[in-house]
Amino acid sequence: MTQRRRVVVTGLGATTPLGGDVPTTWANLLAGKSGVRKLEDEWAQDAAVTFAARVAVEPSEVMERVEIRRLDRSEQFAVIAAREAWKDAGSPDDIDKERLGVVIASGIGGVITLLDQYDVLKTKGARMVSPHTVPMLMPNGPAANVGLELKAKAGVHTPVSACASGAEAAGYALEMIRNNRADIVVTGGVEAAIHLLPMSGFASMKALSTRNDDPAKASRPYDKDRDGFVLGEGGGVLVFEELEHAKARGAKIYAEVMGQGLTSDGYHIAAPDPDGAGVTRAVKFALQDAGIPLSEIVHLNAHATSTPAGDVAEANALANALGSDISHVAVSATKSMTGHLLGGAGAIESIFCVLAMYHHKAPPTINIENLDEAVTVDVVRDVPRDLPAGSIACLNDSFGFGGHNVVLVFRSYEG
Amino acid sequence: MALTQDAVLAGIKEIVVEVAGIDANLIAMDKKFSDDLDVDSLSMVEVVVAAEEKFGVKIPDEEVTKMATVGDAVNFIVANGK
Repeated sequence: MTQRRRVVVTGLGATTPLGGDVPTTWANLLAGKSGVRKLEDEWAQDAAVTFAARVAVEPSEVMERVEIRRLDRSEQFAVIAAREAWKDAGSPDDIDKERLGVVIASGIGGVITLLDQYDVLKTKGARMVSPHTVPMLMPNGPAANVGLELKAKAGVHTPVSACASGAEAAGYALEMIRNNRADIVVTGGVEAAIHLLPMSGFASMKALSTRNDDPAKASRPYDKDRDGFVLGEGGGVLVFEELEHAKARGAKIYAEVMGQGLTSDGYHIAAPDPDGAGVTRAVKFALQDAGIPLSEIVHLNAHATSTPAGDVAEANALANALGSDISHVAVSATKSMTGHLLGGAGAIESIFCVLAMYHHKAPPTINIENLDEAVTVDVVRDVPRDLPAGSIACLNDSFGFGGHNVVLVFRSYEG
Repeated sequence: MALTQDAVLAGIKEIVVEVAGIDANLIAMDKKFSDDLDVDSLSMVEVVVAAEEKFGVKIPDEEVTKMATVGDAVNFIVANGK
């Protein structure tokens, strides 16, 4: 049997509530800053939830007006993050485009376009509905637009699994390169759903925090008084590349993508399985796929959205999967700072994992005033923590409504 | 009052600037919508609807397919406008 093709990360890009690019986002993440703010929008003032985590830099500040006009906000995030990631990877434009793929996910797609155009339909009539409506609202639009810009011809894909979508995209990208369909795959996830309708839907499910009087303190994974997640927007894009391809062109290598584990709960459309059995199995599959000793796992970027049920179920599932090896895993819940980017979450958190491996540093979890006593994992609180030198690995958990569980494994690249 | 060619061209320029983000100085009678002005088939629908609103003229689909250049559109509107 021939040796499996290895996949490394050679470029990163993002636009998040903490910054308009990766360096700014990472710096603010390590500094423990919150990207959650009161919404200024008129529609938000009387809503049940009046805050969210908007992107730090509006797309209109970095894109042409005509691009803004033709792209849904989720597509704008994808294109902005992909441009940064591609440049960061050294703009390898001379790659055979038939060996270049794109896998970029979204949880909901162009929901703001859909709702805006419905308003146009109601107020101005069908004739005035924009001809760009469908390309803007389709959930594969972010991937398709990045694919067009890069002229990718190996395949452009969009896995959809709610809040696990961004991580599932990364797993798909990993397999595209392993299976020899591509040498470079631009992967990620985006979401742009800060609008009264989706927010009202989440609020009706009692999924959102209602801490309207203190938005920056609202996202508090593992805190005893957590009361729901905070909706965020933005996205992240990573350049995955076959190891020998990356070495041949002298690319900077951030980390290695070691494996993925995918399972489904078969339990409930929205509630997490309290036993966390599906998560435990996903962690085990991911570790099997990665084929590395448990002693190397030193960090977890948890899904931990700050909901009462989810955070503890996840922590318990992880402890079950890792056994005594849980003792050397530094757990970070970065949604405490970014809010929950839904389909973008797995992507930006993969970037945080990659940077944690590259810099040997775990970002903090903020807003834990009283740690929930049911949480027995070692949570990195308030300030970043140095991770061990040498070869280290980490997990990125992402789960989605529908019972989707995705666990990714990244490892430091030691050359 | 009949529409003059200059008035219609000025109006089309405004629309194309809005729809395609093209510099107004680059828009002229002989420019092709798709090749010169980044107006693809989807954006052309926007141009047509905006022109119909602006000049109070109906532009049938079969006429739209014949409008390769800005001049084609301007001449149709001048000939068929009120």
